[in-house]
Amino acid sequence: MYTQAMDIPDESGKKLAAVPPAHSEQEAAFEARIDADGRIEPQDWMPEAYRKTLVRQISQHAHSEIIGMLPEGNWISRAPSLKRKAILIAKVQDEGGHGLYLYSAAETLGTSRDEMLEGLHSGKAKYSSIFNYPTLSWADVGVIGWLVDGAAIMNQVPLCRCSYGPYSRAMIRVCKEESFHQRQGYEALLVMMKGTEEQKAMVQDAVNRWWWKCLAMFGPPDADSPHSAQGMRWGIKRVSNDELRQKFIDATVVQARVLGVTLPDPDLKWNEARGHHDYGQIDWQEFWNTVEGNGPCNKERLSTRVKAHEDGQWVRDAAQAYASKQKERASKEAA
Amino acid sequence: MNTPALKDWPLWEVFVRSKQGLEHKHCGSLHAADAAQALHMARDVYTRRQEGVSIWVVPSSQITASNPDDKGELFDPASDKIYRHPTFYEIPDEVGHM
Repeated sequence: MYTQAMDIPDESGKKLAAVPPAHSEQEAAFEARIDADGRIEPQDWMPEAYRKTLVRQISQHAHSEIIGMLPEGNWISRAPSLKRKAILIAKVQDEGGHGLYLYSAAETLGTSRDEMLEGLHSGKAKYSSIFNYPTLSWADVGVIGWLVDGAAIMNQVPLCRCSYGPYSRAMIRVCKEESFHQRQGYEALLVMMKGTEEQKAMVQDAVNRWWWKCLAMFGPPDADSPHSAQGMRWGIKRVSNDELRQKFIDATVVQARVLGVTLPDPDLKWNEARGHHDYGQIDWQEFWNTVEGNGPCNKERLSTRVKAHEDGQWVRDAAQAYASKQKERASKEAA
Repeated sequence: MNTPALKDWPLWEVFVRSKQGLEHKHCGSLHAADAAQALHMARDVYTRRQEGVSIWVVPSSQITASNPDDKGELFDPASDKIYRHPTFYEIPDEVGHM
């Protein structure tokens, strides 16, 4: 499962800025609870801006899970063995489940499933840009597990301590399941790296294509991330974009070495003084271009999702018709 | 997007018993057309890794919750009754565990 730093502005973000800072007794109580590292629950009073930020972030997060099923789903019928196929089905099913946990968490804030789906299907709502890139070979499936899920885990672990109870509980559940996703990807790559030269080249090629995109998943540098400060204040965001990105890079360098691949960054090197790896410049123009809808697969992903929803309409209708009929029958028998 | 059917699928709260001998615990919610479908979906959404041996689903609309604004009236009366806790009583050490 996957998030990018979830402070990608959209329409609701623009309205947010217009909310004046009010200081009521309720607001003071709310802030005191946040300061004491307490949790906010659905029935508690909360500032409108806090609610809107969470609805936006949790729904974007849910959409990312659902869209995230698509690039890997394409490989289910082409997995190289029955074992890998079963693993991939389980992983994709998990992503669907994670989307459902998160939609439910967002609904506790007063939005509806329909509104959220409408936002996704109409293109109004954002989802993680990482899914707007194609999965060209089987090695991409491994690299998505290793790097994309690895980056997502870095992002999501701090969200388990989010100030909003239902979101934090959903994230705890998600994180528990996520570890298998990263490990299965890394293991699939280990197997390929023991194979032919061609297979090794496939892994390196996939790493080359995904590495920079994964670094961008953590969101813009802290200096260009105006929403972050408020998110930190509210206990929605716990660790900054740059800090998470650095943690991810430091953790991944060793994994790449063991795997036997090169990370495609000539500037990547250990900095003894900082105690971290230095790294090169991320192409933010490309990132924003993809967020704006002009990535290589934006249109394809969205239209696949809309088609799946429309094709499933008869199933939803049938379930509804059956439920109504059963209800009718039960009330007749009771009469 | 036109999704009339989903609009009518009510919300259900899901409770899972993780192990024989333990209580059912609330674990989340989902939308389903009826109780049977809610159970079925709860199995797929909340127990993919043998997290449960039993599931309850309850229509969310059927739950009556206490009002957070009444928290004081409801729960404060218990706060000054510390004599309800065993630690309120001092027992000589030589008595041992009691």
